[in-house]
Amino acid sequence: MAATESYPGELKYHREHDWARIEDDEAVLGITWFAQDALGELVHYEPPEEGATVVKDEPYGEVESVKAVSDVIAPLSGDVIEVNRKVVDEPEVVNADPYGDGWLVRIRVSDLGEAEALLDAEAYKQVVAEQ
Amino acid sequence: MAQTLQRTPLHDRHVALGARMVPFAGWEMPVQYAGVIPEHRAVRRDCGVFDVSHMGEIEIEGPRAAKLLQSTLSNDLDRIQAGQAQYTLLTNETGGVVDDLIVYKLDEFRFLLVVNAANRAVDYRWFRDREIPGSDVRDVSDEYALLAVQGPRAFEHLGLPDAKAFTFAEGEIDGIVCMVNRTGYTGEAGCELLVMAEDAGELWDRVLERGAQPCGLGARDTLRLEACFPLHGQDITPETDAISAGLAWCCALDKEFTGADPLREIKERGPDRKLAPFVMEERAIPRTGMAIDGGGEVTSGTHSPMLDRGVGMGYVPAPDAKPGTELTIDVRGRPRRARVVKKPIYPSHETA
Repeated sequence: MAATESYPGELKYHREHDWARIEDDEAVLGITWFAQDALGELVHYEPPEEGATVVKDEPYGEVESVKAVSDVIAPLSGDVIEVNRKVVDEPEVVNADPYGDGWLVRIRVSDLGEAEALLDAEAYKQVVAEQ
Repeated sequence: MAQTLQRTPLHDRHVALGARMVPFAGWEMPVQYAGVIPEHRAVRRDCGVFDVSHMGEIEIEGPRAAKLLQSTLSNDLDRIQAGQAQYTLLTNETGGVVDDLIVYKLDEFRFLLVVNAANRAVDYRWFRDREIPGSDVRDVSDEYALLAVQGPRAFEHLGLPDAKAFTFAEGEIDGIVCMVNRTGYTGEAGCELLVMAEDAGELWDRVLERGAQPCGLGARDTLRLEACFPLHGQDITPETDAISAGLAWCCALDKEFTGADPLREIKERGPDRKLAPFVMEERAIPRTGMAIDGGGEVTSGTHSPMLDRGVGMGYVPAPDAKPGTELTIDVRGRPRRARVVKKPIYPSHETA
């Protein structure tokens, strides 16, 4: 069931183990394979409200495994336009497909320039290697 | 971590199986192999095996061993015969719980105590300080390993006959001699195999070959919480008394033991707070230390793999401990509803 380790090249990464898929002025956010593997099977996702503002480098939600709680850090700032309800109902989807069905929120990005500070897949793999 | 962690005789086997190892009570222990949830389900449906060799074993021997234990342990040792075991508490002068443990009556003059890893040194000191002529206290923990084989099909897999709960006998599994204790911490049928440390590796291999799934401390915690077994250090401590914890059933208040007087008093007037099991009514996972509205506190909380929701135990004002009472738990600033339930939280084959 668990996905195999991967860090897709088309995504941008935050060193706190979050990813962003930028689509025009919107972005889909989630946690990386490394993050879900470190946590273990997810059993709870506490999402932000739709319409809430998320701020780069700050927590916008929580994910929990049986043993632990972890903040989810926003790689970009913006307003939440959609929450992935499937993950609220079945958090284990994040373990099975962290970059696909396991996305967490869709935001309208407030400053696309912030993406400059994010890591590409190769740089993020370095971060993971140092853990 | 500066402190060196102790390792059980099965350490290398855990690593080879891909276990995630964590520090626990001074030991490096497997928290999970395949995952907490599949391991938990394996124990509820079939059979799992846990390395619990970190637990301590104290042997008390001599013509006055029983006298020493009767004056220090809460339960009435006279109620068991050789070949039987008993859940009991080591209580302090205020009725607080120094440790909870299982005492095995080997014969009239010899008792084995299996104690929590974190309390091994404290318990040993406690008995040594109270030793009387004719009682000899020894910490024999390093001589033994302990494997808990738990689940409705545990005995079938082991090729052993089932036995009455809280009994024990010498047994043999594929030629390896061990003490087969009909005890456990999961709420399921099963046993705990006490084996010489040097035979532990081979016994573990045989038990896995016989179809038990390796399980870590993560599943051990979710299983015991569903069964409403208290965890020492969280739900019961030297500061919490046995009556408030709902453990009056293992306190023989008609005999004298350390802390009996205050416990009789608390029983008489009724405890101010009680340990209550609860199930979340909203999506949220309670965690140790969270506040419960009205002056309570969560002592254990987790996600129940069987109920697929948050569950826990906590101390609440006595009137709120009644099953059906609604509680509000402060989950990191968010009020979340829970409801007090009857024990156990999840009725297993054994506890139903």
